[in-house]
Amino acid sequence: MKILVCISKSPDTTSKIAFTDNNSKFDENGVQYIVNPYDEWYALVRALEIKETSGGNVTIITVGAATDEAVIRKALAIGADEAVRIDADPTDAYYTAMQIAEYAKSNGFDLVLSGKETINYNGSQVGGMIAEAMDLPFISLASKLDVNGSTLTLEREIAGGLQVVEVNLPAVVSCAKGMAEQRIPNMRGIMAARTKPLQVVAPAAVENLTEFVTYTMPAAKSSCKMIDPNNMDELVELLHNEAKVI
Amino acid sequence: MSVLVYINSNNGLHKSAFEAVTYGKKLSGDVTVITSGSADTSTLATLGKYGASKVLVDRSLSGDDDQQLTRIIANAAATSNASAVIFSHDLTAKAVAPRLSVRLKAGLVSGATDIPTADGTVKVNVFSGKAFGSVKVNSAAKIISLLPNSIQPEETGSDCAVEEFNGNAGESKVKVVSTKKPEGEIPLPEAELVVSAGRGLKGPENWGIVEDLAKALGAATACSRPVADIGWRPHHEHVGQTGVAIRPNLYIAAGISGAIQHLAGVNGSKVMVVINTDPEAPFFKAADYGIVGDAFEVLPRLTEAVKKFKNSGH
Repeated sequence: MKILVCISKSPDTTSKIAFTDNNSKFDENGVQYIVNPYDEWYALVRALEIKETSGGNVTIITVGAATDEAVIRKALAIGADEAVRIDADPTDAYYTAMQIAEYAKSNGFDLVLSGKETINYNGSQVGGMIAEAMDLPFISLASKLDVNGSTLTLEREIAGGLQVVEVNLPAVVSCAKGMAEQRIPNMRGIMAARTKPLQVVAPAAVENLTEFVTYTMPAAKSSCKMIDPNNMDELVELLHNEAKVI
Repeated sequence: MSVLVYINSNNGLHKSAFEAVTYGKKLSGDVTVITSGSADTSTLATLGKYGASKVLVDRSLSGDDDQQLTRIIANAAATSNASAVIFSHDLTAKAVAPRLSVRLKAGLVSGATDIPTADGTVKVNVFSGKAFGSVKVNSAAKIISLLPNSIQPEETGSDCAVEEFNGNAGESKVKVVSTKKPEGEIPLPEAELVVSAGRGLKGPENWGIVEDLAKALGAATACSRPVADIGWRPHHEHVGQTGVAIRPNLYIAAGISGAIQHLAGVNGSKVMVVINTDPEAPFFKAADYGIVGDAFEVLPRLTEAVKKFKNSGH
Protein backbone atom coordinates (compact mmCIF):
# COMPACT_ATOMS: atom_id res chain seq x y z
CA MET A 1 0.00 0.00 0.00
CA LYS A 2 1.37 3.39 -1.04
CA ILE A 3 0.25 6.14 1.33
CA LEU A 4 0.70 9.87 0.82
CA VAL A 5 0.41 12.01 3.97
CA CYS A 6 -0.06 15.76 3.49
CA ILE A 7 1.66 17.76 6.17
CA SER A 8 1.70 21.44 6.91
CA LYS A 9 3.73 23.46 9.37
CA SER A 10 2.00 25.42 12.08
CA PRO A 11 3.25 27.60 14.91
CA ASP A 12 3.72 25.78 18.20
CA THR A 13 0.42 25.91 20.09
CA THR A 14 1.91 28.21 22.74
CA SER A 15 3.25 30.74 20.18
CA LYS A 16 2.40 34.38 20.57
CA ILE A 17 0.28 35.41 17.58
CA ALA A 18 1.26 38.75 16.05
CA PHE A 19 1.37 40.34 12.60
CA THR A 20 3.78 42.59 10.65
CA ASP A 21 3.90 44.57 7.37
CA ASN A 22 0.81 46.61 8.15
CA ASN A 23 -0.89 43.55 9.62
CA SER A 24 -0.69 41.72 6.31
CA LYS A 25 1.73 38.97 7.35
CA PHE A 26 2.08 36.58 10.26
CA ASP A 27 5.01 37.65 12.43
CA GLU A 28 7.39 34.69 12.39
CA ASN A 29 9.82 36.36 14.76
CA GLY A 30 10.62 33.92 17.55
CA VAL A 31 8.00 31.43 16.37
CA GLN A 32 8.81 27.75 16.68
CA TYR A 33 7.21 25.72 13.90
CA ILE A 34 5.87 22.21 14.41
CA VAL A 35 4.17 19.68 12.16
CA ASN A 36 0.48 20.60 12.26
CA PRO A 37 -0.81 18.37 15.10
CA TYR A 38 -3.70 16.85 13.11
CA ASP A 39 -1.32 15.93 10.27
CA GLU A 40 1.25 14.45 12.64
CA TRP A 41 -0.66 12.82 15.49
CA TYR A 42 -3.46 11.37 13.45
CA ALA A 43 -2.71 11.17 9.70
CA LEU A 44 1.00 10.34 9.82
CA VAL A 45 0.89 7.99 12.81
CA ARG A 46 -2.09 6.05 11.39
CA ALA A 47 -0.27 5.74 8.04
CA LEU A 48 2.75 4.30 9.87
CA GLU A 49 0.56 1.85 11.79
CA ILE A 50 -1.00 0.63 8.53
CA LYS A 51 2.45 0.20 7.02
CA GLU A 52 3.64 -1.73 10.09
CA THR A 53 0.76 -4.23 9.87
CA SER A 54 0.23 -4.55 6.12
CA GLY A 55 3.48 -3.31 4.60
CA GLY A 56 3.93 -0.53 2.07
CA ASN A 57 5.45 2.89 1.92
CA VAL A 58 4.63 6.22 3.56
CA THR A 59 5.54 9.42 1.71
CA ILE A 60 4.97 12.81 3.26
CA ILE A 61 4.33 15.83 1.09
CA THR A 62 4.31 19.52 1.91
CA VAL A 63 4.11 22.73 -0.07
CA GLY A 64 6.65 25.16 1.33
CA ALA A 65 10.06 26.82 1.28
CA ALA A 66 13.49 25.29 1.99
CA THR A 67 13.21 26.65 5.54
CA ASP A 68 10.39 24.15 6.16
CA GLU A 69 12.79 21.23 5.88
CA ALA A 70 13.26 21.11 9.67
CA VAL A 71 9.57 20.34 10.01
CA ILE A 72 9.82 17.75 7.21
CA ARG A 73 12.75 16.03 8.97
CA LYS A 74 10.67 15.84 12.12
CA ALA A 75 7.93 13.97 10.27
CA LEU A 76 10.60 11.68 8.79
CA ALA A 77 11.97 11.08 12.30
CA ILE A 78 8.57 9.82 13.39
CA GLY A 79 8.87 7.17 10.70
CA ALA A 80 7.84 8.29 7.19
CA ASP A 81 9.98 6.67 4.47
CA GLU A 82 10.48 9.64 2.20
CA ALA A 83 9.44 13.23 1.70
CA VAL A 84 8.41 15.52 -1.12
CA ARG A 85 8.53 19.29 -0.90
CA ILE A 86 6.74 21.31 -3.56
CA ASP A 87 8.86 24.44 -3.69
CA ALA A 88 6.20 27.16 -3.38
CA ASP A 89 4.46 29.44 -0.92
CA PRO A 90 1.23 27.79 0.30
CA THR A 91 -0.86 30.93 0.79
CA ASP A 92 -4.09 29.60 -0.70
CA ALA A 93 -5.77 26.24 -0.02
CA TYR A 94 -6.74 25.72 -3.69
CA TYR A 95 -3.20 26.41 -4.86
CA THR A 96 -1.78 24.05 -2.24
CA ALA A 97 -4.29 21.28 -2.96
CA MET A 98 -3.73 21.45 -6.73
CA GLN A 99 0.04 21.10 -6.23
CA ILE A 100 -0.42 18.00 -4.10
CA ALA A 101 -3.09 16.52 -6.41
CA GLU A 102 -0.76 17.02 -9.39
CA TYR A 103 2.00 15.06 -7.66
CA ALA A 104 -0.36 12.39 -6.33
CA LYS A 105 -1.92 11.78 -9.77
CA SER A 106 1.39 11.18 -11.45
CA ASN A 107 2.80 8.98 -8.68
CA GLY A 108 -0.09 6.57 -8.05
CA PHE A 109 -1.02 6.44 -4.36
CA ASP A 110 -3.63 4.10 -2.84
CA LEU A 111 -4.47 6.36 0.03
CA VAL A 112 -4.02 10.10 0.62
CA LEU A 113 -4.29 11.29 4.24
CA SER A 114 -4.41 14.77 5.70
CA GLY A 115 -5.20 16.22 9.11
CA LYS A 116 -8.72 17.56 9.58
CA GLU A 117 -7.47 21.15 9.48
CA THR A 118 -4.38 23.21 10.30
CA ILE A 119 -4.32 24.98 13.63
CA ASN A 120 -3.26 28.25 11.99
CA TYR A 121 -5.77 28.65 9.17
CA ASN A 122 -8.43 26.16 10.34
CA GLY A 123 -9.79 26.00 6.80
CA SER A 124 -10.45 22.24 6.50
CA GLN A 125 -10.10 22.71 2.76
CA VAL A 126 -7.08 20.95 1.29
CA GLY A 127 -8.19 17.30 1.70
CA GLY A 128 -11.55 17.77 -0.02
CA MET A 129 -9.97 19.81 -2.79
CA ILE A 130 -7.40 17.08 -3.51
CA ALA A 131 -10.20 14.50 -3.63
CA GLU A 132 -12.22 16.55 -6.13
CA ALA A 133 -9.18 17.21 -8.30
CA MET A 134 -8.48 13.46 -8.38
CA ASP A 135 -12.17 12.47 -8.64
CA LEU A 136 -11.82 10.28 -5.54
CA PRO A 137 -14.16 9.76 -2.58
CA PHE A 138 -13.31 11.91 0.43
CA ILE A 139 -14.00 10.81 3.99
CA SER A 140 -13.72 13.89 6.14
CA LEU A 141 -13.04 14.00 9.88
CA ALA A 142 -12.47 10.28 10.24
CA SER A 143 -11.74 9.13 13.79
CA LYS A 144 -11.04 5.50 12.86
CA LEU A 145 -9.58 3.87 9.75
CA ASP A 146 -9.12 0.15 9.09
CA VAL A 147 -7.86 -1.49 5.92
CA ASN A 148 -9.23 -4.82 4.65
CA GLY A 149 -7.57 -5.59 1.31
CA SER A 150 -8.73 -2.84 -1.02
CA THR A 151 -11.57 -1.66 1.21
CA LEU A 152 -11.38 0.94 3.96
CA THR A 153 -13.73 0.91 6.92
CA LEU A 154 -13.93 4.29 8.58
CA GLU A 155 -15.71 5.97 11.40
CA ARG A 156 -16.44 9.63 10.90
CA GLU A 157 -18.28 12.46 12.53
CA ILE A 158 -21.35 13.70 10.73
CA ALA A 159 -23.71 16.47 11.82
CA GLY A 160 -24.74 15.35 15.30
CA GLY A 161 -23.48 11.78 15.23
CA LEU A 162 -21.05 9.10 14.17
CA GLN A 163 -21.17 7.12 10.96
CA VAL A 164 -19.38 3.95 9.90
CA VAL A 165 -18.69 3.86 6.16
CA GLU A 166 -16.88 1.65 3.67
CA VAL A 167 -15.05 2.86 0.63
CA ASN A 168 -12.79 1.26 -1.94
CA LEU A 169 -9.25 2.44 -2.53
CA PRO A 170 -8.00 4.79 -3.78
CA ALA A 171 -9.48 7.41 -1.46
CA VAL A 172 -8.70 10.63 0.40
CA VAL A 173 -9.26 10.80 4.17
CA SER A 174 -8.96 13.72 6.59
CA CYS A 175 -8.01 12.55 10.06
CA ALA A 176 -9.35 13.73 13.40
CA LYS A 177 -8.85 12.80 17.03
CA GLY A 178 -9.26 9.12 17.87
CA MET A 179 -7.47 7.82 14.78
CA ALA A 180 -4.08 7.28 16.46
CA GLU A 181 -1.94 8.31 19.40
CA GLN A 182 0.89 10.83 19.19
CA ARG A 183 4.36 9.30 18.81
CA ILE A 184 7.52 10.88 20.12
CA PRO A 185 10.45 10.33 17.73
CA ASN A 186 13.34 8.39 19.27
CA MET A 187 17.05 9.06 18.73
CA ARG A 188 17.32 6.32 16.08
CA GLY A 189 14.43 7.89 14.15
CA ILE A 190 15.98 11.32 14.37
CA MET A 191 19.34 10.03 13.09
CA ALA A 192 17.71 8.03 10.28
CA ALA A 193 15.64 11.03 9.22
CA ARG A 194 18.79 12.94 8.25
CA THR A 195 19.50 10.62 5.35
CA LYS A 196 15.99 9.74 4.18
CA PRO A 197 15.19 10.93 0.63
CA LEU A 198 13.69 14.42 0.34
CA GLN A 199 12.67 15.28 -3.16
CA VAL A 200 12.13 18.92 -4.15
CA VAL A 201 9.56 19.41 -6.91
CA ALA A 202 8.90 22.59 -8.90
CA PRO A 203 5.31 23.82 -8.57
CA ALA A 204 2.72 23.43 -11.32
CA ALA A 205 1.18 26.61 -12.80
CA VAL A 206 -1.92 27.17 -10.67
CA GLU A 207 -3.61 30.41 -9.65
CA ASN A 208 -4.52 31.51 -6.12
CA LEU A 209 -8.29 31.72 -5.71
CA THR A 210 -8.10 33.52 -2.38
CA GLU A 211 -5.66 35.65 -0.41
CA PHE A 212 -5.45 36.98 3.12
CA VAL A 213 -5.16 40.75 2.90
CA THR A 214 -5.11 41.80 6.56
CA TYR A 215 -5.19 40.32 10.04
CA THR A 216 -6.63 41.75 13.23
CA MET A 217 -6.45 40.75 16.87
CA PRO A 218 -9.65 40.39 18.88
CA ALA A 219 -10.51 43.33 21.15
CA ALA A 220 -9.06 42.94 24.63
CA LYS A 221 -11.53 41.63 27.19
CA SER A 222 -12.62 44.08 29.85
CA SER A 223 -11.68 42.89 33.29
CA CYS A 224 -13.46 39.97 34.86
CA LYS A 225 -16.29 40.77 37.29
CA MET A 226 -15.93 38.62 40.40
CA ILE A 227 -19.10 37.18 41.93
CA ASP A 228 -19.55 35.93 45.49
CA PRO A 229 -19.75 32.10 45.34
CA ASN A 230 -22.67 32.25 47.77
CA ASN A 231 -24.66 34.60 45.56
CA MET A 232 -25.56 32.77 42.38
CA ASP A 233 -28.80 34.76 42.11
CA GLU A 234 -26.62 37.78 41.39
CA LEU A 235 -24.83 35.91 38.58
CA VAL A 236 -28.14 34.84 37.01
CA GLU A 237 -29.39 38.42 37.28
CA LEU A 238 -26.23 39.75 35.57
CA LEU A 239 -26.38 37.13 32.82
CA HIS A 240 -29.98 38.14 32.17
CA ASN A 241 -29.92 41.94 32.53
CA GLU A 242 -26.32 42.92 31.85
CA ALA A 243 -24.92 40.28 29.49
CA LYS A 244 -28.36 39.46 28.07
CA VAL A 245 -27.42 35.85 27.29
CA ILE A 246 -30.16 34.03 29.21
CA MET B 1 -26.10 38.68 -8.51
CA SER B 2 -27.80 35.43 -7.47
CA VAL B 3 -26.88 33.49 -4.38
CA LEU B 4 -27.31 29.78 -3.72
CA VAL B 5 -27.52 28.54 -0.12
CA TYR B 6 -26.97 24.88 0.72
CA ILE B 7 -29.00 23.63 3.69
CA ASN B 8 -28.63 20.28 5.40
CA SER B 9 -32.20 19.33 6.28
CA ASN B 10 -31.67 15.68 7.19
CA ASN B 11 -32.56 16.34 10.83
CA GLY B 12 -35.09 19.10 10.25
CA LEU B 13 -34.07 22.74 10.04
CA HIS B 14 -31.64 24.16 12.61
CA LYS B 15 -30.93 27.76 13.49
CA SER B 16 -27.74 27.51 11.41
CA ALA B 17 -29.94 27.06 8.31
CA PHE B 18 -31.81 30.29 9.05
CA GLU B 19 -28.48 32.05 9.61
CA ALA B 20 -27.16 30.87 6.24
CA VAL B 21 -30.29 32.01 4.37
CA THR B 22 -30.24 35.37 6.20
CA TYR B 23 -26.59 35.71 5.16
CA GLY B 24 -27.52 35.00 1.54
CA LYS B 25 -30.28 37.61 1.72
CA LYS B 26 -27.77 40.21 2.90
CA LEU B 27 -25.69 39.53 -0.22
CA SER B 28 -28.46 39.43 -2.79
CA GLY B 29 -32.18 39.89 -3.38
CA ASP B 30 -32.21 36.64 -5.32
CA VAL B 31 -31.58 33.70 -2.97
CA THR B 32 -32.15 30.09 -3.99
CA VAL B 33 -31.83 27.28 -1.45
CA ILE B 34 -30.66 23.79 -2.44
CA THR B 35 -31.24 20.92 -0.05
CA SER B 36 -31.10 17.17 -0.31
CA GLY B 37 -32.65 16.29 2.99
CA SER B 38 -35.82 14.59 4.11
CA ALA B 39 -37.55 17.67 5.59
CA ASP B 40 -41.13 18.03 4.27
CA THR B 41 -42.20 20.69 1.82
CA SER B 42 -44.06 22.89 4.31
CA THR B 43 -41.01 23.00 6.60
CA LEU B 44 -38.70 23.91 3.71
CA ALA B 45 -41.11 26.65 2.59
CA THR B 46 -40.48 28.51 5.87
CA LEU B 47 -36.97 29.34 4.60
CA GLY B 48 -38.77 32.02 2.55
CA LYS B 49 -39.25 33.98 5.76
CA TYR B 50 -35.49 34.42 6.03
CA GLY B 51 -35.13 35.59 2.45
CA ALA B 52 -35.18 32.55 0.15
CA SER B 53 -37.00 33.19 -3.14
CA LYS B 54 -37.22 29.48 -3.84
CA VAL B 55 -36.15 26.13 -2.40
CA LEU B 56 -34.87 23.36 -4.66
CA VAL B 57 -35.00 19.90 -3.14
CA ASP B 58 -33.36 16.77 -4.53
CA ARG B 59 -34.84 13.78 -2.73
CA SER B 60 -32.82 11.16 -4.61
CA LEU B 61 -30.04 11.03 -2.00
CA SER B 62 -30.28 8.61 0.86
CA GLY B 63 -27.10 9.68 2.63
CA ASP B 64 -24.77 12.60 2.55
CA ASP B 65 -22.15 11.43 0.08
CA ASP B 66 -19.85 14.37 -0.54
CA GLN B 67 -19.34 13.63 -4.26
CA GLN B 68 -23.08 13.38 -4.90
CA LEU B 69 -23.82 16.52 -2.89
CA THR B 70 -21.12 18.39 -4.79
CA ARG B 71 -22.71 17.45 -8.13
CA ILE B 72 -26.19 18.46 -6.96
CA ILE B 73 -25.03 21.81 -5.61
CA ALA B 74 -22.96 22.53 -8.72
CA ASN B 75 -25.97 21.80 -10.90
CA ALA B 76 -28.22 23.97 -8.74
CA ALA B 77 -25.63 26.78 -8.94
CA ALA B 78 -25.71 26.52 -12.75
CA THR B 79 -29.55 26.43 -12.83
CA SER B 80 -29.90 29.44 -10.55
CA ASN B 81 -27.02 31.33 -12.16
CA ALA B 82 -25.47 31.79 -8.74
CA SER B 83 -22.20 33.65 -8.40
CA ALA B 84 -21.94 32.87 -4.69
CA VAL B 85 -22.69 29.69 -2.72
CA ILE B 86 -23.26 29.87 1.04
CA PHE B 87 -22.82 27.00 3.51
CA SER B 88 -23.17 26.83 7.26
CA HIS B 89 -19.67 25.79 8.41
CA ASP B 90 -20.70 22.37 9.74
CA LEU B 91 -19.35 18.88 9.13
CA THR B 92 -21.14 18.58 5.79
CA ALA B 93 -19.71 21.90 4.59
CA LYS B 94 -16.20 20.82 5.61
CA ALA B 95 -16.53 17.82 3.28
CA VAL B 96 -18.46 19.37 0.41
CA ALA B 97 -17.43 23.05 0.13
CA PRO B 98 -13.77 22.29 -0.76
CA ARG B 99 -14.90 19.87 -3.50
CA LEU B 100 -17.32 22.47 -4.86
CA SER B 101 -14.54 25.08 -4.83
CA VAL B 102 -12.49 22.92 -7.22
CA ARG B 103 -15.48 21.96 -9.36
CA LEU B 104 -16.66 25.57 -9.82
CA LYS B 105 -13.16 27.06 -9.58
CA ALA B 106 -14.63 29.38 -6.96
CA GLY B 107 -12.52 30.67 -4.07
CA LEU B 108 -13.64 29.25 -0.73
CA VAL B 109 -13.78 31.31 2.44
CA SER B 110 -14.28 28.89 5.31
CA GLY B 111 -15.38 29.91 8.76
CA ALA B 112 -16.68 33.39 7.88
CA THR B 113 -17.74 35.36 10.94
CA ASP B 114 -19.45 38.26 9.16
CA ILE B 115 -20.86 39.46 5.84
CA PRO B 116 -18.36 40.78 3.26
CA THR B 117 -17.17 44.34 3.86
CA ALA B 118 -17.52 47.14 1.28
CA ASP B 119 -14.16 46.18 -0.29
CA GLY B 120 -15.39 42.60 -0.74
CA THR B 121 -13.22 40.92 1.88
CA VAL B 122 -14.66 38.41 4.32
CA LYS B 123 -13.59 38.09 7.95
CA VAL B 124 -12.69 34.62 9.22
CA ASN B 125 -11.25 33.14 12.41
CA VAL B 126 -7.60 32.17 12.11
CA PHE B 127 -4.99 30.77 14.50
CA SER B 128 -7.73 28.76 16.22
CA GLY B 129 -9.67 31.85 17.23
CA LYS B 130 -6.64 33.85 18.44
CA ALA B 131 -6.96 36.32 15.51
CA PHE B 132 -9.11 37.30 12.55
CA GLY B 133 -8.09 37.38 8.89
CA SER B 134 -9.71 39.26 6.03
CA VAL B 135 -9.91 37.12 2.91
CA LYS B 136 -10.19 38.42 -0.63
CA VAL B 137 -11.59 36.08 -3.27
CA ASN B 138 -9.90 36.46 -6.67
CA SER B 139 -12.27 34.26 -8.68
CA ALA B 140 -15.54 35.51 -10.20
CA ALA B 141 -17.60 32.99 -8.22
CA LYS B 142 -17.13 32.55 -4.50
CA ILE B 143 -18.11 30.12 -1.77
CA ILE B 144 -18.56 31.27 1.81
CA SER B 145 -18.94 28.86 4.72
CA LEU B 146 -20.46 30.73 7.66
CA LEU B 147 -19.51 29.89 11.27
CA PRO B 148 -22.64 29.08 13.29
CA ASN B 149 -23.76 31.79 15.78
CA SER B 150 -22.04 34.55 13.77
CA ILE B 151 -25.12 36.44 12.60
CA GLN B 152 -28.70 36.58 13.85
CA PRO B 153 -31.42 35.04 11.64
CA GLU B 154 -33.82 37.75 10.43
CA GLU B 155 -37.39 37.07 9.37
CA THR B 156 -38.21 39.48 6.60
CA GLY B 157 -40.61 37.66 4.26
CA SER B 158 -43.10 34.84 3.97
CA ASP B 159 -43.06 31.19 2.87
CA CYS B 160 -41.59 30.56 -0.56
CA ALA B 161 -42.05 28.02 -3.33
CA VAL B 162 -40.45 24.58 -2.98
CA GLU B 163 -39.57 22.77 -6.19
CA GLU B 164 -38.41 19.21 -6.75
CA PHE B 165 -34.97 19.32 -8.39
CA ASN B 166 -33.05 16.65 -10.23
CA GLY B 167 -29.44 17.45 -9.45
CA ASN B 168 -27.99 14.43 -11.30
CA ALA B 169 -26.28 13.17 -8.17
CA GLY B 170 -24.67 10.23 -9.95
CA GLU B 171 -23.27 7.21 -8.15
CA SER B 172 -22.01 7.07 -4.60
CA LYS B 173 -18.65 5.50 -3.87
CA VAL B 174 -19.25 5.52 -0.13
CA LYS B 175 -21.26 2.75 1.52
CA VAL B 176 -22.87 3.73 4.81
CA VAL B 177 -22.68 0.78 7.23
CA SER B 178 -24.31 2.39 10.26
CA THR B 179 -25.20 5.78 11.70
CA LYS B 180 -25.30 6.57 15.41
CA LYS B 181 -27.02 9.72 16.51
CA PRO B 182 -26.84 10.78 20.12
CA GLU B 183 -30.41 11.54 21.16
CA GLY B 184 -31.63 14.87 22.43
CA GLU B 185 -28.21 16.46 22.40
CA ILE B 186 -27.54 19.89 20.97
CA PRO B 187 -24.64 19.83 18.48
CA LEU B 188 -21.85 21.70 20.24
CA PRO B 189 -20.75 24.02 17.42
CA GLU B 190 -24.32 25.31 17.12
CA ALA B 191 -25.12 25.49 20.84
CA GLU B 192 -25.97 28.94 22.20
CA LEU B 193 -25.33 27.95 25.81
CA VAL B 194 -22.57 25.56 26.87
CA VAL B 195 -21.64 24.23 30.31
CA SER B 196 -18.18 22.72 30.47
CA ALA B 197 -16.00 21.12 33.10
CA GLY B 198 -12.47 19.87 33.53
CA ARG B 199 -10.23 17.88 35.83
CA GLY B 200 -11.43 19.92 38.79
CA LEU B 201 -14.51 17.68 38.80
CA LYS B 202 -12.25 14.85 40.04
CA GLY B 203 -14.04 11.97 38.26
CA PRO B 204 -16.68 11.01 35.68
CA GLU B 205 -19.13 10.05 38.45
CA ASN B 206 -19.34 13.72 39.42
CA TRP B 207 -20.68 14.96 36.09
CA GLY B 208 -24.27 14.96 37.36
CA ILE B 209 -23.90 18.52 38.69
CA VAL B 210 -22.67 19.68 35.27
CA GLU B 211 -25.54 17.96 33.49
CA ASP B 212 -28.07 19.35 35.98
CA LEU B 213 -26.96 22.91 35.24
CA ALA B 214 -26.94 22.24 31.49
CA LYS B 215 -30.46 20.84 31.72
CA ALA B 216 -31.73 23.78 33.76
CA LEU B 217 -30.30 26.20 31.17
CA GLY B 218 -31.10 24.14 28.07
CA ALA B 219 -27.36 24.08 27.36
CA ALA B 220 -25.01 21.60 25.72
CA THR B 221 -22.25 19.99 27.79
CA ALA B 222 -18.56 20.11 26.96
CA CYS B 223 -15.24 19.26 28.59
CA SER B 224 -11.53 20.03 28.54
CA ARG B 225 -8.97 17.91 26.75
CA PRO B 226 -7.50 15.99 29.71
CA VAL B 227 -10.99 14.87 30.67
CA ALA B 228 -11.67 13.48 27.19
CA ASP B 229 -8.19 11.92 27.02
CA ILE B 230 -8.61 9.96 30.25
CA GLY B 231 -12.02 8.84 29.09
CA TRP B 232 -14.21 10.60 31.65
CA ARG B 233 -16.20 12.15 28.82
CA PRO B 234 -16.67 11.30 25.11
CA HIS B 235 -14.21 12.86 22.64
CA HIS B 236 -16.93 14.77 20.79
CA GLU B 237 -17.42 16.90 23.93
CA HIS B 238 -13.79 18.07 23.96
CA VAL B 239 -13.58 21.78 23.18
CA GLY B 240 -10.24 23.43 22.52
CA GLN B 241 -7.53 23.75 19.93
CA THR B 242 -7.51 20.07 19.00
CA GLY B 243 -11.17 19.47 19.76
CA VAL B 244 -14.31 21.31 18.76
CA ALA B 245 -14.23 25.11 18.39
CA ILE B 246 -17.38 26.72 19.74
CA ARG B 247 -18.78 30.23 19.87
CA PRO B 248 -21.86 30.17 22.08
CA ASN B 249 -23.52 33.21 23.64
CA LEU B 250 -22.66 31.86 27.07
CA TYR B 251 -19.83 29.52 28.09
CA ILE B 252 -19.67 28.36 31.70
CA ALA B 253 -16.44 26.57 32.64
CA ALA B 254 -15.97 24.82 35.97
CA GLY B 255 -12.70 23.29 37.14
CA ILE B 256 -10.82 24.26 33.96
CA SER B 257 -7.65 26.31 34.45
CA GLY B 258 -7.83 27.89 30.98
CA ALA B 259 -4.67 26.80 29.17
CA ILE B 260 -4.05 28.64 25.89
CA GLN B 261 -5.05 25.52 23.92
CA HIS B 262 -8.42 25.40 25.69
CA LEU B 263 -9.00 29.13 25.18
CA ALA B 264 -8.34 28.70 21.45
CA GLY B 265 -11.50 26.62 21.18
CA VAL B 266 -13.76 28.84 23.28
CA ASN B 267 -12.63 32.44 22.91
CA GLY B 268 -15.31 33.05 20.30
CA SER B 269 -17.87 32.82 23.13
CA LYS B 270 -19.73 36.08 23.70
CA VAL B 271 -19.79 35.77 27.50
CA MET B 272 -17.64 33.48 29.64
CA VAL B 273 -18.25 32.50 33.26
CA VAL B 274 -15.36 30.80 35.02
CA ILE B 275 -15.61 28.83 38.25
CA ASN B 276 -12.31 27.77 39.82
CA THR B 277 -10.91 27.22 43.30
CA ASP B 278 -7.63 28.84 42.26
CA PRO B 279 -7.92 32.65 42.09
CA GLU B 280 -4.74 32.66 39.95
CA ALA B 281 -6.22 30.37 37.25
CA PRO B 282 -5.35 31.94 33.85
CA PHE B 283 -8.95 31.48 32.70
CA PHE B 284 -10.08 34.42 34.88
CA LYS B 285 -8.11 36.76 32.57
CA ALA B 286 -10.34 35.75 29.65
CA ALA B 287 -13.59 35.56 31.63
CA ASP B 288 -16.39 38.11 31.90
CA TYR B 289 -17.65 36.78 35.23
CA GLY B 290 -15.52 34.86 37.69
CA ILE B 291 -16.34 32.85 40.79
CA VAL B 292 -13.54 31.70 43.06
CA GLY B 293 -15.06 28.66 44.66
CA ASP B 294 -15.52 24.93 44.68
CA ALA B 295 -17.44 23.65 41.64
CA PHE B 296 -19.09 21.03 43.87
CA GLU B 297 -20.76 23.84 45.84
CA VAL B 298 -21.09 26.54 43.19
CA LEU B 299 -22.61 24.47 40.36
CA PRO B 300 -25.59 23.14 42.38
CA ARG B 301 -26.20 26.66 43.73
CA LEU B 302 -26.11 28.09 40.23
CA THR B 303 -28.49 25.35 39.04
CA GLU B 304 -30.94 26.29 41.79
CA ALA B 305 -30.64 29.98 40.94
CA VAL B 306 -31.28 29.23 37.25
CA LYS B 307 -34.33 27.09 38.12
CA LYS B 308 -35.70 29.87 40.31
CA PHE B 309 -35.15 32.35 37.48
CA LYS B 310 -36.88 30.09 34.94
CA ASN B 311 -39.79 29.41 37.29
CA SER B 312 -40.33 33.12 37.74
CA GLY B 313 -41.55 33.25 34.16
CA HIS B 314 -38.35 33.77 32.13
